[in-house]
Amino acid sequence: MAETTASTPTAAVARPGRLREFWYYFRENRGAVMGFWVFAAFIVVALFAPWIAPHDPSQQFRDHLLQPPFWQEGGSLAFPLGTDALGRDMLSRLLNGARYSFYVGIVVVAFAATGGIIIGLIAGFAPKWLDTIIMRIMDIVLAFPSLLLALVLVAILGPSLTNAMIAIAIVLQPHYVRLTRASVMSERSKDYVTAAKVAGAGTVRLMFVTVLPNCLSPIIVQGALSFSTAILDAAALGFLGMGAQPPTPEWGTMLAEAREFILRAWWVVTFPGLAILITVLAINLMGDGLRDALDPKLKRS
Amino acid sequence: MLRFIFSRLLTFLPTFFGVTLIAFAFIRVLPGDPIIVMAGERGVTPERYQELITQFGFDRPVIVQYWDYLKGVLHGDLGHSFVTKKPVWDEFFTLFPATLELSLCAIVFATLLGLPAGVIAAVNRGKFFDRTLMSSALIGYSMPIFWWALLLIIVFSGWLGWTPVSGRISLMYYFDNPTGFMLWDALWSGQKGALWSAIHHLILPTIVLGTIPLAVIARQTRSAMLEVLSEDYIRTARAKGLAPFRVNGVHALRNALIPVITVIGLSVGTLLAGAILTETIFSWPGIGKWMVDSIFRRDYPVVQGGLVLIAVMVMIVNLTVDMLYGFINPKIRKR
Repeated sequence: MAETTASTPTAAVARPGRLREFWYYFRENRGAVMGFWVFAAFIVVALFAPWIAPHDPSQQFRDHLLQPPFWQEGGSLAFPLGTDALGRDMLSRLLNGARYSFYVGIVVVAFAATGGIIIGLIAGFAPKWLDTIIMRIMDIVLAFPSLLLALVLVAILGPSLTNAMIAIAIVLQPHYVRLTRASVMSERSKDYVTAAKVAGAGTVRLMFVTVLPNCLSPIIVQGALSFSTAILDAAALGFLGMGAQPPTPEWGTMLAEAREFILRAWWVVTFPGLAILITVLAINLMGDGLRDALDPKLKRS
Repeated sequence: MLRFIFSRLLTFLPTFFGVTLIAFAFIRVLPGDPIIVMAGERGVTPERYQELITQFGFDRPVIVQYWDYLKGVLHGDLGHSFVTKKPVWDEFFTLFPATLELSLCAIVFATLLGLPAGVIAAVNRGKFFDRTLMSSALIGYSMPIFWWALLLIIVFSGWLGWTPVSGRISLMYYFDNPTGFMLWDALWSGQKGALWSAIHHLILPTIVLGTIPLAVIARQTRSAMLEVLSEDYIRTARAKGLAPFRVNGVHALRNALIPVITVIGLSVGTLLAGAILTETIFSWPGIGKWMVDSIFRRDYPVVQGGLVLIAVMVMIVNLTVDMLYGFINPKIRKR
């Protein structure tokens, strides 16, 4: 018991050191820090949307159809960003929409990254013939424009948010495979890997314990960037009617529903798109900062 | 060089077979029987069903079916549309010029603005211009282009009334469209105002489709320029007393162009995907809209054939860019 309490502080000190170093480099990029805070706010909204939102996102106020935002004539503070064609509160729908985008981002990146890393590790360690087969399959997936392939996959699986996420994860996967394989290839010939092999580490241990932690930097950056791609693609699929189905307050689906009102009610079109843009922009800013902070080649030592 | 070309061609073949295999599998993994789908609402009698099964060869082993399909693809036979009954190949090539015209305009737009923006940003590194341009580039890069299209429609078509909302040319003009390129045909139709109308219809789709490539080109040009600007020969050129414009515009840009050209080439592939959204929003009669419409109409042979054609096109573009790159930059060939 005494031993465990004694060893914990050292571990606790080692961790913040690394984090602090990361934060030191990350902080230098002001845009990245801004992106980080916006993203943090986005997560808070996504987690607590039902409690923050003034109304239920699907409640229809029939007396307030297409009411403009509060600063325009006819608007009221009860519906700060106006209402849509069915009288639903825009702000509440937008806040709840953050949940779906966050959910899409997390699930897609988790699946694409896990699958991609495992396949990439296998390709990097496998004999040449297996490596060639895996990489050719990835080339095939990459030969299709990603949105088109996602669209076709959803057409096969049936339009829904879950299927859209599966399709996007499949389409994004090859990028992780290529990235992981490339880093594995450059790490594999290094001395510490040979040392581990000589010490008797099995292939699985070499893959996941020895090599993988040293390949993580580019994968983390890719993770941030594909989080934004996932949100964009899911919104695009929703917009085309192949993602989340109405009345889900998903941002892309909201845009699709709002399309016929674009010349009559600018707010039903403007706000959902703005929400997508701000979220994606924040994540991309953060991704740029992550790359600068994690890429040892660019680190100004 | 020959070996380099040959090795690249070798990687092309398996990918091509894989693409056809995926397209072939597409119809078979769809929920529901293709013949029932083809028959539509009218339904089909059991005898006719058997007849159709034999006619389409669904009773034979899958591998034989794939082989037949592959032979068809290699001979340019991609099946017939369920809806129009026309060969997929013919439909593709009547619609393709519209997409090509739009994509070329978008690329020209993106390059004309993106290159100077990248150069200006790099030369003014860290200053106001750089920060403004690169922030705008990042916004462009993060843009949901379907929303961007709607915004532009609200402002330029709705409020200002400057540009039309959809289509390729005003209905007032009617002439043969032998090449499929509206600008070209409008120019030679001899009708007054036709060309102007065609240009008008092109402006918004071009901006929308060109936005992301524009951002990518600007960012790429900037980073390539920054790399080149720190080289010794640039310092020498400056020391010789050359005008800044000559140093930046000629000495530096020429060497920074290599990676930029690659990015421009590769974004052609992206454009064909971006065209899906842009064409749908502006009702642009190109292959992107054709694919989306076919998916919604459950016109499976068109989706299948379109997948193969688009993938092959992207592959050819990427292969060409790859080879050009190897041609410009001998270091690449060694790999």
